[in-house]
Amino acid sequence: MTEMEKILVEIEHLKKAFGSKNVLMDINLRIKEGENLVVLGKSGSGKSVLIKCMVGLIEPDEGKISVLGKCIGDLKEDELNQVRKKIGFLFQSGALYDSMTVRENLEFPLRELKSKKEEKDQLVVEALQHVGLEEAIDKMPSELSGGMRKRVGLARTLILKPEIILYDEPTTGLDPITSKEISKLIIEIQKKHNTSSVIITHDVECARITGDRLVIIKEGECVAEGTFTELQSSKDEWVRSFFE
Amino acid sequence: MNPQPIVGPEAEKTPELKSPDNAASVFQPHSFPLYRFFLEVTLLTKFTARYFKEVLKPPYEFNELIRQCYLIGYKSFPLVSVTGFIMGLVLTIQSRPTLAEFGAESWLPAMVAVSIIREIGPVITALIFAGKVGSGIGAELASMKVTEQIDAMEVSGMNPFKYIVVTRIAAATIMLPALVVIADTISLYGAYIGVNLKGDVNVHLFLSQVFEKLAFIDVLPALIKTLFFGFSVGLIGCYKGYNSNKGTEGVGEAANASVVYASLMIFIIDMIAVQITSFMM
Repeated sequence: MTEMEKILVEIEHLKKAFGSKNVLMDINLRIKEGENLVVLGKSGSGKSVLIKCMVGLIEPDEGKISVLGKCIGDLKEDELNQVRKKIGFLFQSGALYDSMTVRENLEFPLRELKSKKEEKDQLVVEALQHVGLEEAIDKMPSELSGGMRKRVGLARTLILKPEIILYDEPTTGLDPITSKEISKLIIEIQKKHNTSSVIITHDVECARITGDRLVIIKEGECVAEGTFTELQSSKDEWVRSFFE
Repeated sequence: MNPQPIVGPEAEKTPELKSPDNAASVFQPHSFPLYRFFLEVTLLTKFTARYFKEVLKPPYEFNELIRQCYLIGYKSFPLVSVTGFIMGLVLTIQSRPTLAEFGAESWLPAMVAVSIIREIGPVITALIFAGKVGSGIGAELASMKVTEQIDAMEVSGMNPFKYIVVTRIAAATIMLPALVVIADTISLYGAYIGVNLKGDVNVHLFLSQVFEKLAFIDVLPALIKTLFFGFSVGLIGCYKGYNSNKGTEGVGEAANASVVYASLMIFIIDMIAVQITSFMM
């Protein structure tokens, strides 16, 4: 790592337990500017808990998380909300507000933005164009397919032009073609906006397409780190088995 | 209160409360219903305190409040109207034989009116409201929790408590008194029909008999207590839904618990209100 590389997220000795179950044991991670970091791991290995800790949705038991130079655990509610506006979060299910139309869903994060309605409308249309769904603008979430919901969720994530995007299982529950489209969209977004991303997945194809660097979590600990090719030819049989 | 592990954001902030697994292996306080009752009361009190803190703090969500008033109030109007009409009609028909025994049939409009305005109208309407609105709020919020919609609001830098909880509780508090006034009015109309099923009383006579016996002290306390009924229905629905964390099973539980505890609260508040009113009179 060169000295010029800016670190956007730094996680040190992160620990989290739910009851007697230790979910994260001792996680140490750094995410550089413009980098796509893929976190691979089996279901229940604590991947989603990790990114929820990064946005302050879950409070860690121990450890330190710095995002954009701010220690998440030390921030007051208003300060945390300011940091959160610079982080996009794509939820596994899309988490669209089902009582609102697609347009209202996208307008929701813009509510506190002091700009004219026309400007906000323009932002909504641009975000939908970006994910190729401008025709769905007046539809309700219940009228959308799984892939479309993910795309709308992604558009809502992008609308505030975040510096970091956290993807929670972006391809889960999608067919292989749509999965590939979503993976390519993640790459496009990174290139266009120079965002840094953390992609939580157990989809190896998605990891191959999107990941600059991969981390594998096993029983709450990072057991391997490297590029896709490096991990594919790892000496550790368990790590290799992920790619077979 | 049922002996389930405490889950949700309140428990997340209080790790020692969230699961029986966290308790010492020898002593598990969560297995004691009384402990769980006090725990639930403590969490509900914190939730209420947060509501009062957030309701006064700008920015105010007026648009969402108006939308909720429409959904909670206007959409409950048909159900409350039908119930109110039947309430007045049935009460009149049932009361007539007893009054007739004492030769006091002429007291029927006044007696029914006082019963409706003071007690039956507010309580029955609040119970109907708890069944329709309380369960709806509980299920909606629990469903939003399960599908990560509340988390999505939080990570977008918004305050979901203010947007979702404050507006619903405020709308329930505002709309229930309005619905009770409507239900009481329609109920009196039902009573008028009931009186005329076996008699011949014109509207003027009916109304003069009603208002002759109705005093300000009958109307005002009844309306004030409906503010508390509405608040408790909104509060319990929101509390149960917002803190639900057990998947789709939690949605059903939140809806059910919202109705049960809101109904119980209505009776408790009514009992206290009656004591206070009696003292004042």
